[in-house]
Amino acid sequence: MTHYDAIIIGAGMSGLGAGIRLAMYDKKVVVLERHYVWGGLNSFYQFKGHQFDVGLHAMTNYAPRGAKGLPLTRLLKQLRIRWDELDLHQQGHSAVSWPGEKLKFSNDFELLRSEVARAFPQQADGFDAVTRAVRDYNELDLNAPTLNAREIVESHITDPVLVDMLFCPLMYYGSARENDMDWDQFVVMFKSIFFEGFARPQAGVRHILKLLIDRYRKAGGELRMKAGVARIITDGQHATGVELDNGETLTADTVLSSAGLVETTRLVGATLGSPASELSPVGDASITPTGKLSFTETINVLDKPARELGIEETIIFFNNTERFNYAQPGDLCDTSSGVICMPGNFDLPEQPKDHLVRITNIANFDKWNALNRSAGILPAPDAGVSPASAVDVTSTPGAAETAALRDYRAAKQHWYTRSSEDVLGHIPDFRPHTTLVDMFTPRTIRHYTGHEGGAVYGSPIKKRTGESGIEGLYIIGTDQGFLGIIGAMLSGISMANRWVLQRDNATVEA
Amino acid sequence: MTDEQIKQAIVGIINDINPDEDTSNINSAERLRDQLDLDSMDFLDIVMELRKRYGVHVPDTDYEHLASLDSCVAYLRDKMAGKELVS
Ligand SMILES: Cc1cc2nc3c(=O)[nH]c(=O)nc-3n(C[C@H](O)[C@H](O)[C@H](O)COP(=O)(O)OP(=O)(O)OC[C@H]3O[C@@H](n4cnc5c(N)ncnc54)[C@H](O)[C@@H]3O)c2cc1C
Repeated sequence: MTHYDAIIIGAGMSGLGAGIRLAMYDKKVVVLERHYVWGGLNSFYQFKGHQFDVGLHAMTNYAPRGAKGLPLTRLLKQLRIRWDELDLHQQGHSAVSWPGEKLKFSNDFELLRSEVARAFPQQADGFDAVTRAVRDYNELDLNAPTLNAREIVESHITDPVLVDMLFCPLMYYGSARENDMDWDQFVVMFKSIFFEGFARPQAGVRHILKLLIDRYRKAGGELRMKAGVARIITDGQHATGVELDNGETLTADTVLSSAGLVETTRLVGATLGSPASELSPVGDASITPTGKLSFTETINVLDKPARELGIEETIIFFNNTERFNYAQPGDLCDTSSGVICMPGNFDLPEQPKDHLVRITNIANFDKWNALNRSAGILPAPDAGVSPASAVDVTSTPGAAETAALRDYRAAKQHWYTRSSEDVLGHIPDFRPHTTLVDMFTPRTIRHYTGHEGGAVYGSPIKKRTGESGIEGLYIIGTDQGFLGIIGAMLSGISMANRWVLQRDNATVEA
Repeated sequence: MTDEQIKQAIVGIINDINPDEDTSNINSAERLRDQLDLDSMDFLDIVMELRKRYGVHVPDTDYEHLASLDSCVAYLRDKMAGKELVS
């Protein structure tokens, strides 16, 4: 039997970040991944000869080369990656778009500030007060009490429309809670989106993952794909190893899990830590440990760059209703708000081969899951253009055409149509230019990442110190409380430092 | 290892941690943190690298001795005695 210093569950951003740190310092480490592709929630796939990213609209936390004290810089130092190697290209500008109101923002914070002053002159001082509160708050203090962001923001900004418009991008890119955020999470997201901003590598998430995998392997780390963890083995108090889906057992001094809090709990077969109600951000027992927020995403391939259709923004966060509602919908989807991403509108050295418009909407996992599944075929929207039909990432080749399959497919077609219509107040009609469509649903997300409920941002209960309640088992990634591409990597790094490297340094013989 | 080499050893580690940083003008009496972009994670790395490269152990309680290049030299002189500079 092989014994490791550390076993890491999951080859997503956090697992790879943690793995590199441990391998760098000569720990015997293995990353175990159930899927056959790495990347987790931010992976990639091929579809009809096209290269699509699962996640990555934008990398948040942009920092110019040499910028001091910012998360991106910290991450590069920890992983020994040079700034150049990331191949980052900044957004042009993005917008928060409401009926009759639009706030532009870019990687220069002054743009947002002036937009707020233009559109909400009465609120300019309040906005500055929120900005100061964000700037002064140390989100890295893991022991700080949990506060509600809405309460704090509303104490400075009295116009609910502006409050909603500010929350919208921050929630869509990183809230596991419905209609509110923990203040520290609000601060993290505000800084990462409004202060620092968006960028992406020319080649998308593949480029980032390749860097990580190369670093990890070069440092001597072991990576096992198709190696799902069926069970975490404990002696009651202490994690001692894992059992794989194939029955194989591996032992380790430390287990770091990026599977999620609820999912990890299940792997241990015990409830970790205190009951949900005690752990809830505000002692609110209505907050359940399984996250409720999942998404559908449609990827439209257009026959020309989005800019030529008159779409200037890189990313648009939109809403069509009076109050923005960031909550699990009663229906399969809520298309009244969402995110529209034009990857070609980053300042890229070359126009990407595919001209894409990606649309994300909030979706209800249970409803999608209740439709009996398997492949989803989504015919192109416009019969005139009618390209070959599209299949989503869950498709099983040769799957029989069952009634259940037709249901799933019909639901996708229906919501694709609704979703495309509901963005038309914010971008020109792109539909006649769509040549190919792919759509993934909460079910796809669960299938490929194992996250319960397809909860992209995990549980609303976060384990900021990583402690699981079981010695030697630590939570990393999304449910440690740092998410997004940069956040998840930093989570893996800081937990590996804290629970393996620092501890090791403390116990070494002087 | 000479005092000068001890300084070179530390600067070499900092260069590896942050290749984008200019380390050519460090004042050895001044705190490193005040001159460079170094946070507590980076100090952990300096300690880890000292161990990896030179077999020198710096316990948590001694991190303060790594504040400036001069204090590094004073603290590491005995520990690094007889070791070769790794480039
Ligand atoms: C559609 C979409 C768009 C996004 N867009 C962006 C964006 O534009 N910018 C941004 O910064 N972030 C974005 N994100 C969020 C970002 O992808 C995630 O926050 C981040 O990737 C989370 O990383 P993680 O390591 O915490 O978790 P994960 O990526 O979920 O990694 C966990 C890994 O563990 C594996 N695993 C789970 N259980 C087991 C088991 N029992 N055994 C073995 N392996 C297991 C999973 O397969 C997975 O690979 C997006 C996410 C989605 C879904």
